[in-house]
Amino acid sequence: MRSDILLSKGQIVKYMLLIYSPPVEREPTPEEWAASMPAWEAFGAEIRKNNAWVDAAPLAGVDSATTVRVRDGNRVVTDGPFAETKEWLGGYYIVDVPSLDHAIEAAGMCPGAKDGSVEIRPLVDLGA
Amino acid sequence: MSIWAPDTAEQVARCFREDAGRTVATLSRALGDIELAEDALQEAYLAALERWPRDGFPAQPSAWILATARNRAIDRLRRERVGREKLQRLAALEIPAPPADDASEEDAVNAVSDDRLGLIFACCHPALRVEARIALTLRTLAGLTVEEIADAFLVPHATMAQRLVRVKRKIRESAIPFDVPPAARLPERLDDVCAVLYLIFNEGYAASSGDRLVRRELCDEAIRLGRVLASLMPQEPEVMGLLALMLYADSRREARVAPDGSLITLPDQDRSAWNGAKIAEANDLLGRAMRHRMPGPYQIQAAIAFAHAKAASAQDVDWAGIAELYGHLERMTPSPIVSLNRAVATGFARGPAAGLAALDALPHDALADYHPYHVARADALSRLGRPADAAESYRSAIAFTQNAAERSHLRTKLRALDE
Repeated sequence: MRSDILLSKGQIVKYMLLIYSPPVEREPTPEEWAASMPAWEAFGAEIRKNNAWVDAAPLAGVDSATTVRVRDGNRVVTDGPFAETKEWLGGYYIVDVPSLDHAIEAAGMCPGAKDGSVEIRPLVDLGA
Repeated sequence: MSIWAPDTAEQVARCFREDAGRTVATLSRALGDIELAEDALQEAYLAALERWPRDGFPAQPSAWILATARNRAIDRLRRERVGREKLQRLAALEIPAPPADDASEEDAVNAVSDDRLGLIFACCHPALRVEARIALTLRTLAGLTVEEIADAFLVPHATMAQRLVRVKRKIRESAIPFDVPPAARLPERLDDVCAVLYLIFNEGYAASSGDRLVRRELCDEAIRLGRVLASLMPQEPEVMGLLALMLYADSRREARVAPDGSLITLPDQDRSAWNGAKIAEANDLLGRAMRHRMPGPYQIQAAIAFAHAKAASAQDVDWAGIAELYGHLERMTPSPIVSLNRAVATGFARGPAAGLAALDALPHDALADYHPYHVARADALSRLGRPADAAESYRSAIAFTQNAAERSHLRTKLRALDE
């Protein structure tokens, strides 16, 4: 791991790393799940070590998604994600780093980038 | 009206020509926002036009402009209620100190030249679309107008203006840094920068479309930016290689287009029309680059161009050496087109039979609609005394050529087979 590149200095921006996973034929077995955990734990530890940690969570499977729309005052509740895409949003991290380059370094270390994609979105700072 | 008035405008204009690029880089870096930097700088030059005639010409014009632009930017950010952190960063922005008595003003300005390098890396950032990198580099670093850039890429002016607004916004919102990347990332990021400069150059070099004058300007700007990059990163052999490569190509610019607009291939060009000064500069750069013993694709392509440039006539070209260089290039950046060039060079070095064998070994499917591939086959087949096969290849070449002048050139060759 190249933690030196992540080290913060100067300006701080928050970015959300959205982890998109490729379609899977079946749910991972508990053993497969457990086997993948050390890589995620190491990734989280790296983020914390660089004082970049803000928040993170895995999302429950896309089968559990519920979508709400209000149109002409009527609330419509539907089953499933808002858009049917092949890759699905599986979780997120929010990191606090000095620039996009630091966020890219973090995303590149994320285990989710190996089989899926990590989308980086800056959080808008509303000022205070 | 002050007695200053007549030459103040000229002084401000001179200051602008000499410093604007560096000052906009310094401000962009401090603000993280190119658009705000450009606006603030413009306001500062307008203020100079108003105040210098009244208050006198400042001892440090560049520092005066930078300080004024910084203050304008701070005012704007306060009005927009931007976070305190950004304001503090801007307030802390170092204005070049007045030079000591024995130092020239140039030293003070050179102190901020690193910011220009950071701006180059921001404009060529991989998180931006390639066409946006090119447009932004031409606008921000080369100082071309939106209209000039739009015309060069045959895009409506409004479209190009929109593209520039969007890319500057992305840089600001996602906090793309205006820094030289850390050593671990420098090679790939420098590749991106070189690629943008070379794309700009090639866009200007392509004789197939657009206004000739605008195209000439693109080549000149790519070379000028290449010189800036080489001066800011003097230890990077690939930057020297890229600059040499562009200079070699540019040295042949006048000799490569016939009056009817068709391209003249290297062996048929009038070598006396090549620009000797540019070749000499390129030779010097390539020599310095190679002393680093860190070969790369640009240096190798420049070395191939050097092999052509040093030959006294088309007959004296060291084709065996060129084939070997293409072999190196093929291993570094594999592509069917590089392989084709290696096969063609092999044909010139070792005869048409060897050339055809090398062509036969290429991936046919990847090159099937690339007309130079069929031209190369036609040439080898005709030299081997197989006119019927050569004619078939010429017909394929004609079918895949868009350029009208090129097509008529190939038809002439096809007819010559019957004679």
